[in-house]
Amino acid sequence: MAKRKHVLPGFTLSLGYTILYLSLLVLIPLAATFAKTMELSFEQFWDIVTAPRVVASYKLTFGASLIGALINAVFGLLTAWVLVRYTFPGKKLIDALVDLPFALPTAVAGIALTAVYASNGWIGSLLEPHGIKVAFTPLGVVVALTFIGLPFVVRTVQPVLEDLEAEAEEAAASLGANRWQTFYKIILPAIWPALLTGFAVAFARAVGEYGSVIFIAGNMPMVSEITPLIIITKLEQYDYTGATAVAVVMLVISFLLLLAINGLQWWSAQRQIASR
Amino acid sequence: MAAATTISQYSRYNAKVARNRATSEPVWIRWALIGISLAFLTLFLFIPLAAVFTEALRKGFETYIAALVEPDALSAIQLTLVAAAIAVPLNLVFGVAAAWAIAKFEFKGKSILITLIDLPFAVSPVIAGLIYVLIFGLQGWFGEWLSDHDFKVIFAIPGIVLATIFVTFPFIARELIPLMQAQGKEEEEAGLVLGASGWQIFWKVTLPNIKWGLLYGVILTNARAMGEFGAVSVVSGHIRGLTNTMPLHVEILYNEYNYAAAFAVASLLAFLALVTLALKSFIEWQTARSAQINEASADE
Repeated sequence: MAKRKHVLPGFTLSLGYTILYLSLLVLIPLAATFAKTMELSFEQFWDIVTAPRVVASYKLTFGASLIGALINAVFGLLTAWVLVRYTFPGKKLIDALVDLPFALPTAVAGIALTAVYASNGWIGSLLEPHGIKVAFTPLGVVVALTFIGLPFVVRTVQPVLEDLEAEAEEAAASLGANRWQTFYKIILPAIWPALLTGFAVAFARAVGEYGSVIFIAGNMPMVSEITPLIIITKLEQYDYTGATAVAVVMLVISFLLLLAINGLQWWSAQRQIASR
Repeated sequence: MAAATTISQYSRYNAKVARNRATSEPVWIRWALIGISLAFLTLFLFIPLAAVFTEALRKGFETYIAALVEPDALSAIQLTLVAAAIAVPLNLVFGVAAAWAIAKFEFKGKSILITLIDLPFAVSPVIAGLIYVLIFGLQGWFGEWLSDHDFKVIFAIPGIVLATIFVTFPFIARELIPLMQAQGKEEEEAGLVLGASGWQIFWKVTLPNIKWGLLYGVILTNARAMGEFGAVSVVSGHIRGLTNTMPLHVEILYNEYNYAAAFAVASLLAFLALVTLALKSFIEWQTARSAQINEASADE
């Protein structure tokens, strides 16, 4: 392929700087984790990452993230729908506040959720008589991870709902479909890629979350200890190789999730172009 | 401005559709859906937010102020501001450079580059801290060299800045790339034809076009930088009055059962988050308005 000369200036400078900055701050440091793990034999690595306490933390982290992302998929879609289709007092304020979990520092979210959902808190005290304990149990982890993922489904579905063509719904109605059929057969397929993307982003974000969870979880080994906390605990014991081995497992899963999200976004974009 | 016109047409359709009985829901379903959505947001969002401020003021206004002007709190506030003041401009320059390269030029491996820029968003903050410990920590790659030269990165301010840069790495670039891609490069090329230099084109053509997106990215980056907890917690060492940022100070106070003080410092951070959201809404309103003005002038 012949080298084409670029019309606008600054290509080499901007791309060079981008790659340099990215390599120095992100890629090389991330590669350090893999280099550190190379110090271990495969058996040692496997023993660390499949230790019962670590496996219990994967189950909690991924299980709670999945439940949180599912809750957000349902209620996020509902919220996006309500914000796009209906008018009600305070709508603009609520629309703005949906992004709060993204802007609020995670430690603040953690202590606030703990205060509210503890047995003497505003909501916790209402649940306590029914035998439901939220704070300091795995359920607390789900609450924190739901909070963290809240903006993502709303913000990916909202623009697609806004762009939806009215004609398709009108056609469905004139052909005798009721509202539920129209939603299920016309609207849902159109927003499906966006919904999946939002779900995947909420899930990926929840898997790595630390700050908001550690306050509400109680952090009991085997019960309510998340994987990022395992890494911290190992670090505090100066077990750098152990911490890094668990981090490598999480990193690989994060890479895979990121690839899946990019694939979904690409699919979503293709669908939107095709529907134009 | 074709895209903007189409969207506003659809919005008008939506308004029309909403009034049509065949393409909308009965009133009771509408209000039920609004009710469920609001109940969800109240449980997970509004009540926790309100709790921050009530807990902070529970022991009275004087205790609240005392918790904020105490020396350790002040030094935490100062360190948070310093870390953000270094991290945000660095990521700003990177974001603009990355968006310029990606939006204005075609090259191989572009989509891989975009994915790599997104990478820090998917990585757990704890791992973000860990990677710098592996490199600059006492047992790390440069650990010995650094300690020989009496320069501390980990458990010191440089480590905190590095961790902050990592966790806020993609935000400005992510904001600018789609914006600059949508704007194309015709205006810049016109500037070039008229004899402007590269920097002149950037300052006089590109920057005015992206200023709101840029500002939005900066605000978001700043909010995340000041609030980062996990990554900073790994590299900070939690030395009171020296390497404690505001979120870490909140954690220490909380673990000492000094709830009123913990929530007092937390309320400052929550206030910062609310200001961030207010500015974001303002910027969205501004961009919508300038899009309308452009549309109107294009119609004339």
